[in-house]
Amino acid sequence: MAKLTMVQALNLALRQEMETDDSVILLGEDIGLDGGVFRVTDGLINQFGEERVLDTPLAESAIAGMSIGMAIYGLKPVCEIQFSGFSYQTFHQIENHAARFRCRSGGRFQVAMVLRAPYGGGVRAIEHHSESREAYWAHTPGLKMVIPSGPRNARALLVSAMRDPDPVIFYEPKALYRAFREEVPEKSETLPIGKSQLVRPGKDLTMISYGAMMRPTLEAAALLKEKDGVEAEVIDLLTLAPLDDELFVKSVMKTGRAMVIHEAPRSFGAGAEIVSRLMEKAFYYLEVPIERVTGFDIVPPLFSRENAYFPNAGRILRCARKALKN
Amino acid sequence: MPREEINISGKVEYLSILNASGELDADLEPDIRPEILLKLYRTMVLGRQFDKRLLNLQRQGRIGTFPPTSGQEAAHLGAAAVLEPSDWFVPAFRETAAEIWRGRLLESVILYYNGFNEGAHIPPDRNDLPLSVPVASQILHAVGLAWAAKYRQTDRIAMVFFGDGASSQGDFHEGLNFAGVFQVPAVFVCQNNQWAISIPRAKQTRSETIAQKALAYGITGIQVDGNDILAVYAAAQEAAQRARSGGGPTLIECVTYRLAVHTTADDPRRYRTDAEVAQWQQREPISRFQKYLTAKGLLSDEKNAAIESAVLDEIQAAVDRAEAQMKAMGDPMDMFDHAYAEMPPILQAQKEELARELTAIKEDGDYG
Repeated sequence: MAKLTMVQALNLALRQEMETDDSVILLGEDIGLDGGVFRVTDGLINQFGEERVLDTPLAESAIAGMSIGMAIYGLKPVCEIQFSGFSYQTFHQIENHAARFRCRSGGRFQVAMVLRAPYGGGVRAIEHHSESREAYWAHTPGLKMVIPSGPRNARALLVSAMRDPDPVIFYEPKALYRAFREEVPEKSETLPIGKSQLVRPGKDLTMISYGAMMRPTLEAAALLKEKDGVEAEVIDLLTLAPLDDELFVKSVMKTGRAMVIHEAPRSFGAGAEIVSRLMEKAFYYLEVPIERVTGFDIVPPLFSRENAYFPNAGRILRCARKALKN
Repeated sequence: MPREEINISGKVEYLSILNASGELDADLEPDIRPEILLKLYRTMVLGRQFDKRLLNLQRQGRIGTFPPTSGQEAAHLGAAAVLEPSDWFVPAFRETAAEIWRGRLLESVILYYNGFNEGAHIPPDRNDLPLSVPVASQILHAVGLAWAAKYRQTDRIAMVFFGDGASSQGDFHEGLNFAGVFQVPAVFVCQNNQWAISIPRAKQTRSETIAQKALAYGITGIQVDGNDILAVYAAAQEAAQRARSGGGPTLIECVTYRLAVHTTADDPRRYRTDAEVAQWQQREPISRFQKYLTAKGLLSDEKNAAIESAVLDEIQAAVDRAEAQMKAMGDPMDMFDHAYAEMPPILQAQKEELARELTAIKEDGDYG
């Protein structure tokens, strides 16, 4: 065991998978000698050479489209899009092709590729570097959408993504890249894609979140206990698509109160789907309306105002108290 | 501090071997075995006749919308004919004769254009991708396939097709650029048929040729008479050899013409004249190839009539098979297949929902 940051844990996942599987190929902008702008691929070009760590020309659509061709051939491309704000150029390749090839070819071809991209705010970045647009991908049939929340699950989920036979969009919460360290075992481990995790048990309220918002959510849950004596149950989705509703439905049946926390805009966001599932499967167990604590439906402001834009522990706490009042 | 001309390396040639009148430049004549020449001719005739039959089927409401290929048979078939079966063939959607050459069954085409997904399924013995509707997007897949073929140290190449309209798309430029940078064994074949639905070639790009765009990416470009199958074949063979021997990618611009509609939903009289079409009809690819084969003693009127008749029989048999197959196909429950390698619970639930819905319709009627 070593205490690693998320960046180091992701690097470990890539390194070990490349050591054992020569079909894993990395491609992206500045991922070679530069090690990626966040250093996730640091040192990999020295170990595996230019042949397996491709510094591509600057064109996201081509990175995705070329990956699709490589995957059809049977390789396992892992492409890095420098910021998720630049992933929209890949959207037509991912939507029109990566997500559809298995279906279109009647199962003859699969696109076992991973598209990695740092997402979300909190690093005082410039424009186009702070969005959370996971709903675009989660809404697209044929894709899997994974968002880890810490070094250990990031490493395990990335290994699973690389071994998955279907295209996986892997959003990395950049605010957590170096925010804290966790013990990460040297021996490779996986986590199932499509399974959420209960990270804090409780009986009074269910808090459902993922990615960078797990930290303020857990902070709010601790404050609820400390200040109000309330025991909130916290669920980390880890995968948005296919969404595991079993765990949170069961939890809400127990607590009768639910809230969803994400930094993405509210309308048509992941929260909307989670609330729908709860209405379908746990309506008669609900004591109060389900709350959503989210980013607002606006372009994320530049960083002088971003603390007011993103949900934080205080906002989550106030919203939880509202849900607990009735 | 000078201001002088930069000598950019590379030039663009135009290649024509068999002109519209059927006259041959014997010095440039490619060495193609007689049985291959005849097979090419038969496939062109089959492509043309199949096009006519598909149009009839569409007008009769027996298939949906489809994009005819008449006039472009030499441009796509001549290029695909140089491929080995293990090479990768990446079509757009106007390469029917080439697909037939690669082994696609005619009934597969009929199924696809009559709305059956099965028509896009690729059997395991063919390294062909299903056709690609979003213009130019498939170019990048060929780059990836070619890169992978090189990485795996095979001598396979990838050949991708697209139209003149595609040359305006970012994916075309990104594809050529990546192919050049990574020196992948790919051949890019542009079927410049002069029209991207209603937009003429002159409004698509200010460049004199599409072939010259290769130079901007440091790769070889050549323009050929796309209605001259010998020229297309020769250029493609050269490009394939270059790719296979590590010489990098090539862009081939085949100058051809879409004699028919863009798709059956299109009315070309809104944007082009009959006179223009008639002029290109004089330069269509099959009759000049027929003259060439006749002059070589490989074809006679009788032999030609036999080919035409055999081709019509083959088409009829395929139509019959397709219509029989369609009767047995179309179970809506099948549409959940191949969404993912393993069906996630949400899809299992939605599939069961559809099954209940279908049972309800069966038992109680549409609005029961």
